[in-house]
Amino acid sequence: MSTVATPARLPSSGVNVKTVNRVVIYGLLALFALFYLMPLFVMLVTSFKTMDEIQNGNMLSLPKAPTFDPWLKAWGETCVGLTCAGIKGYFWNSIKMVVPAVIISTLLGALNGYVLTKWRFRGHTLVFGLMLFACFIPFQSVLLPMATILGSVGRFGASLRNSVGTSFGLGNSTVNLVFVHVVYGIGFTTLFFRNYYEAFPTELVRAAQVDGASFFQIFRRIMLPNSMPIFVVTVIYQFTNIWNDFLFASAYAGTGDSMPMTVALNNVVNTSTGVVEYNVNMAAAMIAALPTLLVYVLAGRYFVRGLMAGAVKG
Amino acid sequence: MSTVATSQIKLTPEHARPRATVRSRLQDALPKIVLAPSFAITVIFVYGFILWTIYLSFTNSKTFPSYAITGPRAYQRLWGWTFDTDPPSSWYTSITNMGIFGFLYILICLALGLFLAILLDQKIRGEGVLRPIYLYPMALSFIVTGVAWKWFLDPGLGLEQTLHQWGWTSFHFDWIKNKDFVIYTVVIAGVWQASGFIMAMFLAGLRGIDGEIMKAAQIDGATTFQLYRRIVIPLLRPIFLSAFIVLAHLAIKSYDLVVALTSGGPGGSAWLPSNFMYEYTFKRNEMAVGSASAVIMLMTIVAIIVPYLYSELREKSR
Repeated sequence: MSTVATPARLPSSGVNVKTVNRVVIYGLLALFALFYLMPLFVMLVTSFKTMDEIQNGNMLSLPKAPTFDPWLKAWGETCVGLTCAGIKGYFWNSIKMVVPAVIISTLLGALNGYVLTKWRFRGHTLVFGLMLFACFIPFQSVLLPMATILGSVGRFGASLRNSVGTSFGLGNSTVNLVFVHVVYGIGFTTLFFRNYYEAFPTELVRAAQVDGASFFQIFRRIMLPNSMPIFVVTVIYQFTNIWNDFLFASAYAGTGDSMPMTVALNNVVNTSTGVVEYNVNMAAAMIAALPTLLVYVLAGRYFVRGLMAGAVKG
Repeated sequence: MSTVATSQIKLTPEHARPRATVRSRLQDALPKIVLAPSFAITVIFVYGFILWTIYLSFTNSKTFPSYAITGPRAYQRLWGWTFDTDPPSSWYTSITNMGIFGFLYILICLALGLFLAILLDQKIRGEGVLRPIYLYPMALSFIVTGVAWKWFLDPGLGLEQTLHQWGWTSFHFDWIKNKDFVIYTVVIAGVWQASGFIMAMFLAGLRGIDGEIMKAAQIDGATTFQLYRRIVIPLLRPIFLSAFIVLAHLAIKSYDLVVALTSGGPGGSAWLPSNFMYEYTFKRNEMAVGSASAVIMLMTIVAIIVPYLYSELREKSR
């Protein structure tokens, strides 16, 4: 565009420098795009190859005879520890954990953000500060006490089952993980909603109050209808974080049938028994990555906004 | 929730006088009642548990917690092991790795993120395609990232073998199996995952810079390089700070990546303090030592985060 205008003053050399610059910039950008795409590409093509082709072929070549078998095997047959029933059960474990944890933590965050911005009381900054700092702690510093408590709750649940017949979910690994993710997720969800509601006109709330609307009426009729974007951001953020969690999952549901997806994947990949089936491993990794990748593809804009909101705190 | 609210509204006309005080008091306290569970949960499960962990680090707990205080023995043991003891101290390995990993990870992510953001800010066609490509690794779990890179860096299957097939048979790259270099593979995978996000932060910062300043500098005859060095990068200082905080925080918490990529490396040579804590607490039955290492991790984060949060919150309330 601008190159059209310049030749009049600067003959060919100026145009050349500019063109060379553009070529270099585009070249570098393309090179980095390759760097970021490479591992995913390799994972994807490997998951469609036969073991024969993997051992004798090139990592980067496309599968000669694409086969869907590794995916089927990863889903339904591969061994996780001693049980060989595929990763499908663990995939559902993750879903059963993620859905309630996301819903509960998001709703609590919305209510907290509403209180901390529109119903302020003395010391609200301190309360928020304490909840905010909780987002940053290395979870190692709470891992052991939580394990102890969950252990006691589990024993209590077992004795309940013996006496009453049901444990009311106490001691169930999935319930435990939902609880843990809610507890350590409300800091972030509160932060998101607080910052969003901070910009929401307080006059509207006061006006509704004067008209006699109650605390929850204002929340339901005025705040919620205007919170769609931040709900999407928070849900995506929480979904990604909880789905991808490994530390809590391995500490509190590291063995048995209740493992979430990340732990199961790690077990599949790191088993030392038998022949390592790389194509099945890669298919399993793809299955574990798909939900969050799908969210990213469908709602990338909100995903980035969540990361940014989580990054620039306070 | 809504049922409670509506029934109260219906009741008021009939019971106006006697109920008024109770109801209005309830209404006044309602916000606090709503916030209370979350706050209580935070106080107990975050701060209470932190105190509990600190307490345990001063006991003699092994497989099971013991609650008799025995002084700072765990810390003495933690720092007393050295590289010369047998077996060599995994704690020193962990913090050395933390230093190497933290420094390189933060530095490369910042440099690469800034570089890519500046390149992307040159009115690039197809920016809408490139940006998501740089950023997508952030949506993956560390476990998936680890699995992918483990494959890619494996000498027998990945990059090395591919280059051999292409004729470069002298190429040798076995860092992932080498106890002195395995931590650098963690850096590679970590940078791959987070640098795109840092790019997005810088890009947002670049887009926020007033175009007039840039124009004025260009009219004054500044070259592009000078423009960025003298004007743009200093203006991005707040982004550098936020990005540093994010990266430092991610680095100290990194645990899964080491597990998935290296399974701890040969002889635990890829451990970070987070891995040390997990192994000692849950696998080696050294609960007190594990707690002590968790406390040290927490202190490191506190030293970085608290001044930052304090200044952020103060700035906001001003």
